[in-house]
Amino acid sequence: MSTDAHNPFSHSPMAQFEINRIVPMNIGGLDVSFTNSSLMMVITLGLITLFLMMSTRRGALVPGRWQSLAEISYEFVASMMRDTVGDSGRKFFPFVFTLFMFILFLNMLGMVPYSFTVTSHIIVTFGLAALVFIGVTVLGFIKHGFGYLKLFVPHGVPAALLPLIVVIEVISYLSRPISLSVRLFANMMAGHTMLKVFGGFIVMLGFIGGWLPLAFSVAFVGLEVLVAFLQAYVFAVLTCIYLNDALHLH
Amino acid sequence: MEAEAAALLGKYIGAGLAAIALAGAGVGIGHIFGNYLAGALRNPAAAQQQFPNLLLGFALAEATGLFGLVVALILLFVV
Repeated sequence: MSTDAHNPFSHSPMAQFEINRIVPMNIGGLDVSFTNSSLMMVITLGLITLFLMMSTRRGALVPGRWQSLAEISYEFVASMMRDTVGDSGRKFFPFVFTLFMFILFLNMLGMVPYSFTVTSHIIVTFGLAALVFIGVTVLGFIKHGFGYLKLFVPHGVPAALLPLIVVIEVISYLSRPISLSVRLFANMMAGHTMLKVFGGFIVMLGFIGGWLPLAFSVAFVGLEVLVAFLQAYVFAVLTCIYLNDALHLH
Repeated sequence: MEAEAAALLGKYIGAGLAAIALAGAGVGIGHIFGNYLAGALRNPAAAQQQFPNLLLGFALAEATGLFGLVVALILLFVV
């Protein structure tokens, strides 16, 4: 696997997740190289900026095709936030919208053959999840002071059960960033590995037998596009749910 | 040499065992879509509103199975 890892046509299903340094950089012993992962993030940011700037540049009352697309994506996230957080969550809309668009574009660009899926690396998704977790926790303490700890004490629980329940609640709260990041990372990595494995089947079975895995492969690409959207959506929804906990307790 | 072979054997058996977790994901996803369909056929008017919840449930159920797959892949490629 290590010998042909740099070859994009390699048969190893894991070779597609290889990170290559494009511009090696080293600041004080810290490797801050510009990698293919960074390149995809820059491309993603550029595309999102271009998409939103160009589509809303005219600001017509009757939207054209691109403006409709931008308005749909705005309204999609806005209605989701209205449903889960309510009106008090409006000032966090830019954060959730940015998060959603960033993950969505990363996932979708990862579906382009021979590109790189940034969200298939756990450190990236964990960084995003840790940002959400720390932000929400700080917000909760600012909003409620030490009353935020009431989050760990659900209403209507018998006093005898409280020591157990509080421990479970604390553990479930602390595991939020892990489950949030592993969900996105595992979905993307599993999906892309599966596509690569089925691609290998097509090559192995050749012109005669390769049509069956090819059909599966096409279906899986459809499924993966759905999953790419769904995981961005789920990440945004869970962020909203955590925000709702921090703003309103429960 | 014997110990190395045993470790390799354990690695592959463990990866296979960890992949069983995906069976649970299959059951969960089927359960969610089945129940959604049952509810939607009884009350089609309310079905559209619950569609986001369906997707959320699908993603949450799938993720728990994928945790098992991650363990299997870690065993195969990292350990």
